[in-house]
Amino acid sequence: MSNEWLVLFFLVGAVFVGLVIILSGIIAPKSINPQKFEPYECGIPTTGVTWLQFNVGYYLFAILFLVFDVETVLVFPWAVVMKEVGLIAFVEIVIFFFILGLGLLYAWKKHALVWE
Amino acid sequence: MFDFAPLTKWIDTVLHNAMSPFWAVVVEMLIVGVLILLFYALIGLFLVYAERKVCAFMQNRLGPNRVGPFGLFQTIADLVKLLLVELVPIRNADKFLFNLAPFIVITASFMAIAAIPFAKGLHAIDLNIGIFYVIAVSAMGVIGILLAGWASNNKYSLIGAMRSGAQIVSYELSVGLSLITMVILAGSMQLSVIVEGQATGWFIFKGHIPAFIAFIVFLVASTAETNRGPFDLAEAESELTAGYHTEYSGIKFAFFFLAEYMNMFIVASIAATVFLGGWMPFHVGNWDGFNAVMDFIPPFVWYIVKTFFVVFLMMWFKWTFPRLRIDQLLTLEWKYLLPINLVNVLIMAFIVLMGWHF
Repeated sequence: MSNEWLVLFFLVGAVFVGLVIILSGIIAPKSINPQKFEPYECGIPTTGVTWLQFNVGYYLFAILFLVFDVETVLVFPWAVVMKEVGLIAFVEIVIFFFILGLGLLYAWKKHALVWE
Repeated sequence: MFDFAPLTKWIDTVLHNAMSPFWAVVVEMLIVGVLILLFYALIGLFLVYAERKVCAFMQNRLGPNRVGPFGLFQTIADLVKLLLVELVPIRNADKFLFNLAPFIVITASFMAIAAIPFAKGLHAIDLNIGIFYVIAVSAMGVIGILLAGWASNNKYSLIGAMRSGAQIVSYELSVGLSLITMVILAGSMQLSVIVEGQATGWFIFKGHIPAFIAFIVFLVASTAETNRGPFDLAEAESELTAGYHTEYSGIKFAFFFLAEYMNMFIVASIAATVFLGGWMPFHVGNWDGFNAVMDFIPPFVWYIVKTFFVVFLMMWFKWTFPRLRIDQLLTLEWKYLLPINLVNVLIMAFIVLMGWHF
């Protein structure tokens, strides 16, 4: 089967979710109560805004992730041809991982891996 | 060994003889879509039941046992109940993103399941970048989770979603690198080729110690990636109510629940396919009689048994270990699993280079 079939699975998933939500909307009972539409935070009315600037720690890890994930994407094709190319591929990946390891050590020394 | 390829080929020719090529493709799409959807729903229902039974077993209880034989229909009853619950629209929520989130989590897991080989010749799409595709698509679920938490306009949801995002993207690296270790050994990313390569022995045995380390790392990282205990701090009940899906009611909540279980099934399938030989039977050296008996068991049964073995391991983790804190979680990934993985990839490359693998 060809790769265009990926679209089929996307559509089937989306249609499945949509139909079930519509079905539920039709058969489920409804009632109106102003308190019901409040966000649930322990039962008392919420205070302050929710959409505000968040703890910077999460973004630091997101940036680190970006570096290493791009590296993972780069290494995948290398892994496929590793057997055929042999020694040269191995030497190259050792150099590549050495530089990458230096980057990880730098982040480690800068306390970027410590949760604050 | 039973091969499904002639069967699918036969259906294809019958359809093409009976009608024009366009309609034949349409009918094929309908058949495949409905079959995968049924499989998806059945596995989802069964996994929820299995989780409750395993939990009960670990805690010396009976678990669900009223609805149907051994409580087998309990999850179906739960599903009907969830269908009949009103979908509460939250007043200050971002309506569009709030409704979009369940679509994303379900389609992500649904697209991932399409690429998994269930038996010889029985896979919906056999991509030549199979593993890469599954990682990429299943990681899209995190967008749905972040949207759900953000759009709910609820502080608990936001904290849960942020934790979940940090956790999933961190552990994504370990999942990718441990699979790279096995791709080096297999020399291909195509899942069917990887399974064929294990005809003489599963990769976990073929790859010496690095393969075993990669298997352990993959299990830990994929447990974390699917937000399951002991890494379930995104929806830590005791502190965040329910995390990112606090505000979702009825069937929308059920979709998040279903996606979580299906993600567990997908990572277990990948573990079974890449490390435990997929649908390949268990063979021991030159014990011909034993091997013949093992060949007699159909490949689909092998696949399901291996997958559910890994699922059982993941459920075992959940009911054994206490939940981690967020700093412990990130330390585990960045200071332990990632360096171990980088070294492990190099060791595996060296072993393949020297031809020391079996």
